[in-house]
Order: sequence, then structure tokens, then C-alpha cells
Amino acid sequence: MKPAGFAYHRPATVDDAVAVLAEVSPAGKVLAGGQSLVPLLNMRLAAPEHLVDINRLTELAYVRVDGDEVTVGALARHADVEHDDAAYAVLPLLRDTLEHVAHPTIRNRGTTVGSIAHADPAGELTAVLTLLGGTATLRSMRGERTVAAADFFTGPLTTCADADELVTSVTFPVPEGRTGAVWTEVARRHGDYAVCGTGVVVTLDDDLRVAGARSAYVSMGPEPAVLDLTDAVAGAMYDDADWAAAGRLAAGRLEPDDDIHATAAYRSHLAEVLTARAAGDAARRAAVA
Amino acid sequence: MSAAEELYEVSLVVNGVPRSATVPARRLLSDFLRHDLELTGTHVGCEHGVCGACTVLVDGRPIRSCLQFAVTVDGAEVTTVEGCTRPDGELGHVQQAFRECHGLQCGFCTPGFVTTITAYLEENPAPTADQAREAIAGNLCRCTGYQNIVASVLRAAELRAERA
Ligand SMILES: Cc1cc2nc3c(=O)[nH]c(=O)nc-3n(C[C@H](O)[C@H](O)[C@H](O)COP(=O)(O)OP(=O)(O)OC[C@H]3O[C@@H](n4cnc5c(N)ncnc54)[C@H](O)[C@@H]3O)c2cc1C
Ligand code: FES
Ligand code: FES
Repeated sequence: MKPAGFAYHRPATVDDAVAVLAEVSPAGKVLAGGQSLVPLLNMRLAAPEHLVDINRLTELAYVRVDGDEVTVGALARHADVEHDDAAYAVLPLLRDTLEHVAHPTIRNRGTTVGSIAHADPAGELTAVLTLLGGTATLRSMRGERTVAAADFFTGPLTTCADADELVTSVTFPVPEGRTGAVWTEVARRHGDYAVCGTGVVVTLDDDLRVAGARSAYVSMGPEPAVLDLTDAVAGAMYDDADWAAAGRLAAGRLEPDDDIHATAAYRSHLAEVLTARAAGDAARRAAVA
Repeated sequence: MSAAEELYEVSLVVNGVPRSATVPARRLLSDFLRHDLELTGTHVGCEHGVCGACTVLVDGRPIRSCLQFAVTVDGAEVTTVEGCTRPDGELGHVQQAFRECHGLQCGFCTPGFVTTITAYLEENPAPTADQAREAIAGNLCRCTGYQNIVASVLRAAELRAERA
């Protein structure tokens, strides 16, 4: 099918973009990579009156590493973030996760910020931003604000962004201390949306004992939530911790839904197994960090 | 929307040739190529990004032409399956490999595979069989069962190396 008609705007600067958004609000939608929005337009599940195309805002096409954080501008494609060696050096979790986000052809166009602004409960980057305690920066004519991931995602496909706000960047902090981080997921086919996916960060103390473990999920609830798994494994040696117990703790706290792809019971089972596996791998990474 | 839809002039360099047409903003790149420029080699299967039949190269990178508005990529260089030939018009290395390896049956999916594989081999000139399989994982084919397409990727890499 074809999209319904819309008024098209292609601002050349961020200032122009927020001015247009303010003018057409609340009838405007930002068009970034189009990899989530255009399918909705083609199927006529969405028919916004105004589209504000941000593909000319080259000032936002950046991936920046500042010591202990990686900031991604709104026009950086998934592929740009994935292939950024400086970002990989400080935060390998980004590349490791992006390899699971759709197929390379989709990643060539889709933006990392767009996938966070889209807030799909199956979108890996939403979980990673929440897991790391990251932030989103929003601009409008009213000013700029930076919002913690935990407050940014307010439900499935919904965020706290107002209709006149542009998400200009997101910032992923590098976890502190001796940490390892792993993303793992099960999908029908590599690159498809995951039936269940999890990212786990494990922190070790100087004696290589577990000091902390936390996890976040996709396809396991309406919005990304972080679970603290430390109680199940605190104080154990990194290679001797009861990660299965951490998996059980996680599965007990998640309340997935049934859908055409999987039953809730199968999802819970996957969460238990994948959490244990990812946590063990993360601990081994932390030990050699 | 209102009856008089605003029109935009979109200019692209398609397979090395400057082309332009005047279209509404909602014209998908896939339809721009097929309807406005009459380059019907690019196929449209699902129109929501899943099948990969519509894949073309924009500034050298494969993208889904059904998920872009032509106006968004105004000014870009586009390569379609029609541009994946040799300069003399003979079959290019990927096309030749598909012919030799029986990499197509009905041919509906083929344009998307040819563009995807052409770009892939530029970055990875000597893939393993596993890498070849991963390279085509984003494209669907309802006929071949994929084995001969994997073989075509490997053969295309050989042909490309021979011709270099
Ligand atoms: C076949 C296929 C498979 C996919 N598989 C996966 C997958 O496994 N995992 C995954 O995470 N994603 C997947 N995706 C989606 C992909 O990651 C998208 O690129 C991403 O979700 C949206 O980014 P975009 O730049 O394309 O945004 P768009 O599609 O342009 O926009 C999406 C939404 O976000 C809003 N938006 C975008 N940017 C901004 C901004 N800067 N400020 C405010 N609002 C904004 C838009 O208004 C729109 O509502 C898949 C897509 C396809 C087509
Ligand atoms: S027609 Fe574009 S991906 Fe199917
Ligand atoms: S050859 Fe028929 S769909 Fe691939």
C-alpha cells in the first residue's frame, strides 16, 4: 500500500527543525531513517498531517566518545554506531547489541536515536539505554532538557517527548568499575525482532567476586525495566556464582504476554536461561577487563 | 489531504545517469524508480521492509527503496539491478554467478539479492560460506531454498577477483 498524503518539511538545521515542529504541533511527526515509520505509513496505520524530515541535519550525524560515555546524534545510522571503533573500544556492548538489530540493510538507514524515540518494546537499544542508566536530550522552541531513560520510556511505543520536541541525541554511560556486559537474544531468524532478549552487566570487586549484576529485556513487558540480580550472586567468585539462581530471580519478576510469536511461559523460560547465560559470560568478560 | 498536493523536483544519479522527475513527497523511492523513471528492474514485494526485493544502493550502501521517500534522497547516487552489469552491458559478476549457479527460479527476489551481494562483496571480497549465508539473511526468496544463492555469492566473489 501507499502512504496517505502529508505536508513535507525538510529543515536544514536543528533550529529550523524545532521551529517547524512548534508550528505544526501536535500534527507533526519526525521522519528519521523511516525504518519503523514508513512501514506504518505504507500500511496506513499512521497518517500524520505533517512530516518533518531530519535527514538534512548533518550536524546530528555523529558518534562522540567523551571519556566515560558515548553520545549518539539523531542522524547517526545504526551502522555508523556499530562500526565506530572508538565507541567499540569503550563500550563493546553497543556493537554487540546492534548486530542483533534487524539486518545490515535496515541498519544502513535506521537511526539509533530513532529506535529509542520509537520506544518499541522489542527494540534492543531501548533496553541497553535503560540498562546503562543513559539519557535522552530533547530540544524544542521551549528549550532543551535531558531525561533519564527510566523516565523517558512511558509505555509501549510511547515516551515523554512532546509533539514539538526533537530528540537530538542519546548518551550511553560506560559502566563503572570492573564490569563486563553482554547482549543475547532468541529470534526466529538472526535479525528478526527477538522473542526474548536480555542485556546483563556484571561488576566484580578486586578479588574477582561478584559485587553487582543487573539486566534489562526486550519483548518481556510494555517498556524496558532494569532488574537488580545482585542478591542471587553477591560475594561469589566470578566463575563459581549460581547464575541459574540469577536467571530464576529474573524470570520470577518478569510478566511477559502471549502473542502470535510465543507464549508467556516460553518467554519466561527463555528469560531464565538467557539471563543465566549472559550473566556468566558478562562475569568472565569482567574478570579479564 | 488537500486536492492539490505539493510537488517536488527530485534529481538522482541513477546507474551513472542524471535523472529527475517531479513527484509528491509521498512517492516512495521504489515507485519513483519504477513508475517515474521506468526502471522496472527494482521489484516490490511487501512494501514494509521485510522481503528485500526492493533493495537498491544509495551512495553505495544497500537500503530498502520501499522505506524511503524519493524526496528524502534527492541528490543521491543510486544503483539498481540495471546498474549491476559490466560497463559494456554484459552480465556483471553477481549476475553471471546467479546464472551459473542456478541462483534464481522465478526471479522476483533476484534484483534485491544482486544489489545486496554487489555491495557486500565490495566490503568483504572473500566471504566464507557462513558469511555468504549471513550476507543474504535480510532477503527472502520463496523459490530456491537459498542453497544456490549462497553458492552464487561464493562464485561471484571468484568472478570478481578474476576480473579485478
Ligand atoms: C524488517 C525490519 C526489521 C527490524 N528489526 C528490528 C530489530 O530487530 N530491533 C530493533 O530495535 N529494530 C528493528 N527494526 C526497526 C529499526 O531499528 C528502525 O530503524 C528504528 O526502530 C527506528 O529508527 P528510524 O531512524 O528508522 O526512525 P523512523 O522510522 O524515521 O521513526 C520512528 C519513530 O520515531 C520518531 N522519531 C525518530 N527520530 C526521532 C527524533 N530524533 N526525535 C523525535 N522523534 C523521532 C518518529 O517520529 C517515528 O514515530 C526493524 C525494521 C525493519 C524494517
Ligand atoms: S518491497 Fe521493500 S522490503 Fe519488501
Ligand atoms: S527466485 Fe522466486 S522468489 Fe526467489
